[in-house]
Amino acid sequence: MGAGHAHRLHRPGNSSVHTLPPHCKLAAVLCFVVVVVSTPRTAVWAFALYAALLAGVAAVARTPFSFLLRRMLIEVPFVAFAFLMPFVVPGPEVRFLGVPLSVPGLWDAWNVLAKGSLGVAASVLLAATTELRSLLLGLQRLRLPPLLVQIASFMIRYGDVITDEMRRMSVARRSRGFEARGVRHWGVLAKTAGALFIRSYERGERVHLAMVSRGYVGAMPVIEEATASRAQWAYAGALPLTALAVCLLGWLL
Amino acid sequence: MHVPDGFIDVPVSAATGVVAAGAVAVALRGARRELDERTAPLAGLVAAFVFAAQMLNFPVAAGTSGHLLGGALAAVLVGPYTGVLCVSVVLLMQGILFADGGLTALGVNITDMAVVTTVVSYALFRGLVRVLPRTRRSVTVSSFVAALVSVPASALAFTLIYAVGGTTDLPIGKVLTAMVGVHVLIGVGEAAITALTVGAVIAVRPDLVYGARGLTAPLKLRVGGPRGELVDVASAPTAASSAAATVTADSPATATATGAGPLTASGGPAGARSNRTVWVTGLVTALVLAGFVSFYASASPDGLEKVAADQGIDKKAEPHHAADSPLADYGVRDVADARLSGGLAGAIGVGATVVVGSGVFWAVRRRRTYAAGAVGRAASATGTGGSGGSGGFGGSGGSGDSADSGAGRADATGRAVPGERG
Repeated sequence: MGAGHAHRLHRPGNSSVHTLPPHCKLAAVLCFVVVVVSTPRTAVWAFALYAALLAGVAAVARTPFSFLLRRMLIEVPFVAFAFLMPFVVPGPEVRFLGVPLSVPGLWDAWNVLAKGSLGVAASVLLAATTELRSLLLGLQRLRLPPLLVQIASFMIRYGDVITDEMRRMSVARRSRGFEARGVRHWGVLAKTAGALFIRSYERGERVHLAMVSRGYVGAMPVIEEATASRAQWAYAGALPLTALAVCLLGWLL
Repeated sequence: MHVPDGFIDVPVSAATGVVAAGAVAVALRGARRELDERTAPLAGLVAAFVFAAQMLNFPVAAGTSGHLLGGALAAVLVGPYTGVLCVSVVLLMQGILFADGGLTALGVNITDMAVVTTVVSYALFRGLVRVLPRTRRSVTVSSFVAALVSVPASALAFTLIYAVGGTTDLPIGKVLTAMVGVHVLIGVGEAAITALTVGAVIAVRPDLVYGARGLTAPLKLRVGGPRGELVDVASAPTAASSAAATVTADSPATATATGAGPLTASGGPAGARSNRTVWVTGLVTALVLAGFVSFYASASPDGLEKVAADQGIDKKAEPHHAADSPLADYGVRDVADARLSGGLAGAIGVGATVVVGSGVFWAVRRRRTYAAGAVGRAASATGTGGSGGSGGFGGSGGSGDSADSGAGRADATGRAVPGERG
């Protein structure tokens, strides 16, 4: 699996964020998100500071903002849900352009939007600056069970293969004049899913046999141990610690 | 349906994280039993399949389309433990790589989308398969019902989590109505697609469908030419060799069959009989569960109608008050009452699910210990040839768990045909 497997979420680079050990970055992002989530919603300025912090990280990692914003489109369904809230949450109302909006609903929408967007932005930055394989190694370093990491790595490694297989089936269907228009065509699509399952399962068996024949006994060899120095931990910890300071200020003020 | 960061508060997120971690740990151990050392590649590939299947769009009408959630499908196809594991891994990767679902909400997402869907659907599926006649159609019908219920059950689990730790002021009654109402609709689509997909796999490779393993009947030999009588070969140690023998002469085959009879008769059937009480209790509790879950299913259209009543479409909502199921009696307006009754209903439902789920899993595990060696061997022996297939078949004995991979083999080589039971 040489070239062509770099996933589109990752932007290769050699900035100081890219070269940080993966488990430091994972821990930092997780702590950052926990801090953001536990910030009181009324401290609006704190969320602006968080956003500035993430923007700083993106600048250091030389990740273009357009890329970041494009990847953040994934939260659109949830944004729509948040915009619904001022209309459904009961409470005292304010009139905005003649439309009655509930005040607690507005706060709820703000809360969910701000925290959700910051979480998404942090995750996007993590995925953009960390290679898939090292991300999995980082998870393993953070004491995720090795079997789970193996399963995840197989899923990632063969995800593209399986998706391509599905795409080829779709091409084959369309080249025979099939076009899924409604419920009547579910049978055909479900047969595709069934065939996809059989192919995936059989591929899994073949992969296992191939691995056994190469000496696999249940554990993957770790070629380079991901280690982190104290300085690297401190560098990665700068983000969540600053955020923690902001959060504490938000609670105190 | 992926919950983002900030929607559930930190303590409840942490608690659900612990629940999810425990469930994944149990699933890891269980999957190792289901798949032994093939766990990593197979579960990984199945996870990739679930991931890809979620991208397969099913057009509904007028430009809208839905997609599979996959919990029930994974549970029926690869078993509950592997199912939980695969969906959890998919959710983990979606959270970390695609930022789909918040990192702090990972526990919430895994609990309601991986654990609840899989456990509920599999418990229901097992119960139904026990009750219904042993045919392929009943497997697809059961998977339909299981998937139909699993999606609203997941919505219900989410509402419960939200009731405990939601950060917004949405009334619980509204959330419950909206979530369960919408997810009943989604569940119908999910159920149809799941049943069709399971049917498609069963038609081609029934041996791969975990939920259809109990279906395989023991092989029968046709003795004495194409119109000869069917002889039970469940007691024959090597099906392929005796099948080959019947082509030439009748007497050696019957001799081996009778000679080996007492040897295996002491193994398989005795084990099956001692499990019967366990199965009956499992069945009864599964029925109780089905009763509870059907309350939820019937409660949600009730909720939608109640919304209509509140809007003034229906002035006097008398039929609803006549509905005497205690769980259907939540009110949209009075929140305290809805919280109480909803919580109570949820507690009962979740408790029943846990009890039934663990009971069924325990029973399944006990049964699997009898056929454990045979299943693994037979599954991997499909490519090795006739002798391997017959070995797996002979080992399974009366339980007939792995007879299917042997069935095609023996049918191709000798005169053995899979007999219909019941």
